[in-house]
Amino acid sequence: MGEGERMTDEPTELKTTVLNELHHARGAKMVGFAGYEMPVQYKLGVLKEHLHTRNKAGLFDVSHMGQVILRGPNLAEALERLVPVDVAGLAEGRQRYAFFTNDAGGIEDDLMIANRGDHLFVVVNAACKEADVARMRAALEPGGITVKLLENRALVALQGPEAEDVLAEHCPAVRDMRFMDVETLPIAGAECWVSRSGYTGEDGFEISVPNVAAVDLVKSLLSDARVEPIGLGARDSLRLEAGLCLYGQDLDPGTSPVEAGLTWAIQKVRRADGARAGGYPGAERVEREIAEGPARKRVGLRPEGRAPMRAGVVLYDAEEGGAEVGAVTSGGFGPSVEGPVAMGYVSARCATEGTALWGELRGKRVPVRVAKLPFVPAGFKR
Amino acid sequence: MKFTEEHEWLLVEGDLVVVGITNHAAEQLGDIVFVELPDEGREVTKDEEVVVIESVKAASDILAPLDGEIVEVNEPIVEEPGKINEDPEGEAWFFKMKVEDLSALDDLMDEKAYKDFIS
Repeated sequence: MGEGERMTDEPTELKTTVLNELHHARGAKMVGFAGYEMPVQYKLGVLKEHLHTRNKAGLFDVSHMGQVILRGPNLAEALERLVPVDVAGLAEGRQRYAFFTNDAGGIEDDLMIANRGDHLFVVVNAACKEADVARMRAALEPGGITVKLLENRALVALQGPEAEDVLAEHCPAVRDMRFMDVETLPIAGAECWVSRSGYTGEDGFEISVPNVAAVDLVKSLLSDARVEPIGLGARDSLRLEAGLCLYGQDLDPGTSPVEAGLTWAIQKVRRADGARAGGYPGAERVEREIAEGPARKRVGLRPEGRAPMRAGVVLYDAEEGGAEVGAVTSGGFGPSVEGPVAMGYVSARCATEGTALWGELRGKRVPVRVAKLPFVPAGFKR
Repeated sequence: MKFTEEHEWLLVEGDLVVVGITNHAAEQLGDIVFVELPDEGREVTKDEEVVVIESVKAASDILAPLDGEIVEVNEPIVEEPGKINEDPEGEAWFFKMKVEDLSALDDLMDEKAYKDFIS
């Protein structure tokens, strides 16, 4: 190992998004997340930010996520070799949830794929974006497809029941969009790529905006009394209540989409006996688990009492003795549920709604029940 | 009022010591959503974990600031943990303890020393 490669205790330099100064100016508490300095909360605090998003509208900076443009011949078919979803059947102006799989059928990242006519627009997780781009380049470039990670655009999400009314003041056309529609629209003088989607369980929009226009757009959205800026803390409790997976916690390279309860995202055409079945990494395991059922499943968990059960809490099938049957992968306090909520993986035999389990908290086994996901009804405009 | 490096405040009330967490601690923890208080009558030794509090972000332990006996706990904060964020140095005290030797408080920080400690 050379001199320059020695490990040091120096903190690595955090990257910033184009909205960084604005976060500081709004009194955000900043933390390192996936290599970026990001707001974990603003002055309202996590609880009130969460409730504000459920009741009115919250604005999130998600510019750390990777925005990637794919262009070239036979694009959909080529991308289908990396993801088990129907890309070829994705209509222009529509978006769809997907995941990259590995040869063992585990999930390497989850992503959104939008058909924007002459190209596909892909949004991947911040922590995985370099690996995702490398994976796509290796698989797609030999076929003449270009893979471009955009550095010149920010990404913000406006979420909540009043998101439509707020955004329509800038661009009335958003009212005509349905859940998972994507469109190019002028907002606050900039060419924005808008999708009616998000990761909070609420109706809302994700807006890709050129860096040069991002601060003005965000300031103008925040000038609306219905909108508050929301940090990563509330983003996490919102997506947890909505039953949505966080990559790195609820999904990882060892976990298959079938175990994760994401089989709904694998359209019939890509399943065994479908016209374009298989052909993606790990298809054998995924197809086997669809046919036979997985050994363990992701479930919702409602702990009894008030104590949150966080990621890592081990689950048992008895109050004393018994067997270890799984573990919590995401958990905390659900402000809208007004109690603790969690998700985790348990043996298939324990995955039925209502099953009584016990989670070990500080040496004590606390009762917890397998519960239906999501914990709050989705507010999507379908 | 006296203060510990663990961000607790202590107030002598007759022959008892009232213990809570400071405004600074409550602010750092963020919205508190769960509190577990010790049983009344429990004998504790200094630095023993006596209270568990959980905020929206993480779980934290509160340590006994002195040797003594827990004689009273503030049950209403268990029902409404948010009170700790509202009034940590007043209404939302955690417990009252009986200590053998009140002079042990002399070693703790006064308000000025605590302010310097957190700045």
